[in-house]
Amino acid sequence: MASERRLRIKTLVMVLAMVVCANAGDLLLKRGMSQIGAVRLTPSGLAQAFRLTVASGTIWIAIFFLTGFMLSYMTVLSWADYSYVMPAGAFGYALLTLLAVVFLHESVSPRRWFGVVLICVGVLLVGQTKPRTTAVAGEVVA
Amino acid sequence: MMRVILALTVLILGSTGGEIAITHGMKATGEPARLRPLELLQFLGRAMRNGWFWAGVPLMALSFYSLLILLSWEPISLVIPASAFSYVVGTLGAKYILGEQISTARWAGVLLVCAGVALVAAG
Repeated sequence: MASERRLRIKTLVMVLAMVVCANAGDLLLKRGMSQIGAVRLTPSGLAQAFRLTVASGTIWIAIFFLTGFMLSYMTVLSWADYSYVMPAGAFGYALLTLLAVVFLHESVSPRRWFGVVLICVGVLLVGQTKPRTTAVAGEVVA
Repeated sequence: MMRVILALTVLILGSTGGEIAITHGMKATGEPARLRPLELLQFLGRAMRNGWFWAGVPLMALSFYSLLILLSWEPISLVIPASAFSYVVGTLGAKYILGEQISTARWAGVLLVCAGVALVAAG
């Protein structure tokens, strides 16, 4: 069905936008928080952490990407199931692991790579299901 | 260890609760007519006037702050995958709160994602 195909394509495009923005944002957050150092869970420690995060340019760029993630997430949720979008977005783990290895020089074990493969298979399974199973405002599911 | 589990619990419950509230709000808002700047801005304007959206935002802010704290303690390749236990919590919420139909294939996919996440988190 043409409308079903269109629904899948636009859902895929928005999920891709979500994944790219979320990964770039998370990676920049990690870089920014590493510059700030470990946060102490005391009122003064939290206040100091807040001041430092607000003053960090890296954190603001991260927030820019995370805003892009939020906007694409909100848009896709206006037509697609939460239980479809949420796991479909998990294919970003493969990208995240790769980015963590390349840019943050974190070591990744074979077991962790296997986990990434399982996640990708799971995402493919979810991707086979119908993106929408509930009615959207002003519309009835066929 | 306890502080990591506590922050992770706040992260998962905050993000799942917030996302379910926002999904409810977005469904009530309805999808944008076209994916173009003007239509998207109008869509966002409608979304901002929805109470469910504003119920979700503080929960997501709480989960975001937990994420910041966790990222200052642990490597990103541990924090982000570990937080993905929210997939099961979120799927249960989607079924029982949002009334979505979770087919066997979707559950199988979610459980595979979680098994993968457990492996990734274990290192």
